[in-house]
Amino acid sequence: MTDRALSVVRSGALTTVQDRGRPGHAHLGVPRSGALDGPAAALANRLVGNRPEAAVLETTLNGCAVRPRSTVTVAVTGAPCHVSVDGRPAAWGAPVRVPAGALLTVGTALSGLRSYVAVSGGIIVEPVLGSRSTDLLSGLGPAPLTNGAVLPLGTPSSLHTRVDTAPQPAPPAELVLRVTLGPRDDWFTPEAVRAFTSRTFQVSSASNRIGLRTEGPVLERRLTGELPSEGMVLGAVQVPPDGRPVVFLADHPTTGGYPVIGVVRETDLPAVAQAVPGTPVRFIEVRRR
Amino acid sequence: MRALPVGDAALLVEVSSGDEARALHAELVRRRAEGSLSVREIVPAARTVLLDGLTDPARLAAELTASEIPSAPPRAREVVELPVRYDGPDLADVAAHWGVSPEEVARIHAGTEFTVAFCGFAPGFGYLTGLPARYDVPRRATPRTAVPAGSVALAGPYTGVYPRSSPGGWQLIGTTDAVLWDHARVPAALLSPGTRVRFVGAA
Repeated sequence: MTDRALSVVRSGALTTVQDRGRPGHAHLGVPRSGALDGPAAALANRLVGNRPEAAVLETTLNGCAVRPRSTVTVAVTGAPCHVSVDGRPAAWGAPVRVPAGALLTVGTALSGLRSYVAVSGGIIVEPVLGSRSTDLLSGLGPAPLTNGAVLPLGTPSSLHTRVDTAPQPAPPAELVLRVTLGPRDDWFTPEAVRAFTSRTFQVSSASNRIGLRTEGPVLERRLTGELPSEGMVLGAVQVPPDGRPVVFLADHPTTGGYPVIGVVRETDLPAVAQAVPGTPVRFIEVRRR
Repeated sequence: MRALPVGDAALLVEVSSGDEARALHAELVRRRAEGSLSVREIVPAARTVLLDGLTDPARLAAELTASEIPSAPPRAREVVELPVRYDGPDLADVAAHWGVSPEEVARIHAGTEFTVAFCGFAPGFGYLTGLPARYDVPRRATPRTAVPAGSVALAGPYTGVYPRSSPGGWQLIGTTDAVLWDHARVPAALLSPGTRVRFVGAA
C-alpha cells in the first residue's frame, strides 16, 4: 500500500464512499446509487481541486474521523458540523490542510443529516460498473466504512482551486417538493390525490438512501388490484399498501409493483438528503416542463 | 399502446402483453443502437418499458404511438444453459400445486425454453417467462429471511435464479452452480432482457 491512503478511525453511524453513481444499468436491476446531495459532493470536490466525479465520503448524522497517511487537502460540505484537525478547530465548507498522520474529525451534523468529505486526489477504491459508490440496496461497491479500514487515495491534480469558500443552502426546516402527478395517480381516490398535494407529511426515521419514508396522511387507493412490476425513476413517489408515500432516492429498486402517484423534481432531491426525521414535507403539484 | 409521462424526463410505455413489452423493448434498443433514440435507461418490465433520461418525452410519446412496433419480439440466437439440481425445499408444494409428481415438475421445467422478460429485484435477477399459465404458482405465504444464492424459484408466471443470498418469497424448486452476477466479468450479468434460457437437469 502506498502512503496515499486514509485510515478510518471512527466510521460513524453510516459513512459510505460515493461518487456520481452508476446510471445506465437499470435494465439489469442495478440501482443508480451516488451521493444523495450531489451539489454538496460536487462542491467538496471543487474546494480541494478534484474533478467532479471523484469519490468522496458521505456521513450520516454523526460524522466520522479519518487519518491521512500523507498530507492532503480536505473539504467538508453538506450538513454543517464542527471540523477539527488533531483537536484544533478547522473550517467547514472550505479547503483545510491535514498534515500526514493528523486526525481529521468531522463532527455531528448541527443541522441537516449528511456531510461530504472530499480529499485531494479522491478516494480510489476499485470501481464497479464505472462507479465507486456504495449501493446499500444491492450491495454493489465498497462496504460502508468500518473502524480500521484503509481507503486508497488518488494523486491530486495539479489544478489549483481558486475557490476557498462557497455559499451552501441551509438544510431545510420544511421540505417543499415540487411534483408532477402520475404515472399512476389514477390508482388513487380523488381525495387521496388532493391530500397528497395539500396536506403536510413528516419525514419518518425509517428513511434511508433507498427512500424518504413519510408519516402523516394515508393515501387511499381507488384500484385495489396488483400492479405488474414496472420501471421506477429517481424521485418517484411510490405508495405501498400502508398508504404512506415513499420518495425514491439514489439506491432505489429499478422496478417496483406499487403505484407511483407522482415524481419529485430532481433539483429538489438534494434537500431531501438533508431532511432529518420529523421535518415537515409538502408536495406541491407543478406542470410538466 | 399508451405512453404515460413520468416526471419531466421519462416515459412509461404501456402495452397489453409481456410479448408486446419484449417486442417494444427490442425495437427501442435497436433504435438506440442505430442512433435514432437518445435515452439513458431502457427498462422493460411485465407490461411496460420505461424510458428515462429523455430530452423531449412528449415528442417521443407522439412518435411512438404513431409508429409501427413489430408485434413479435425477435429471438436471440444464443441459448444460455443453466445446470440445475431439482432439490428445492418447495418442490413438493409446487408439485402438489401443479397436480403432478416432483419428478414431473423437473421434467416440465427442464423441457421449457424460457426468455428473460426483464430484470430487477437484485443485479442479475431475471424474470423468466415460458411456462404455460396453468403452472403459475403463488408466492409463499411467509417469505424466507435468507434464500441461498443459486436457488431456482417460481412465483406467478415467472422463474428466477437468486444471484446472491437474499430474503425472498418465491417457491424454491432447485439449485444451480451458475454464477448469475459477477461484476468483474464482462458482461457482469449472465442474463439480460431477451436472453433465452434452458435449465438442464443434473442428477
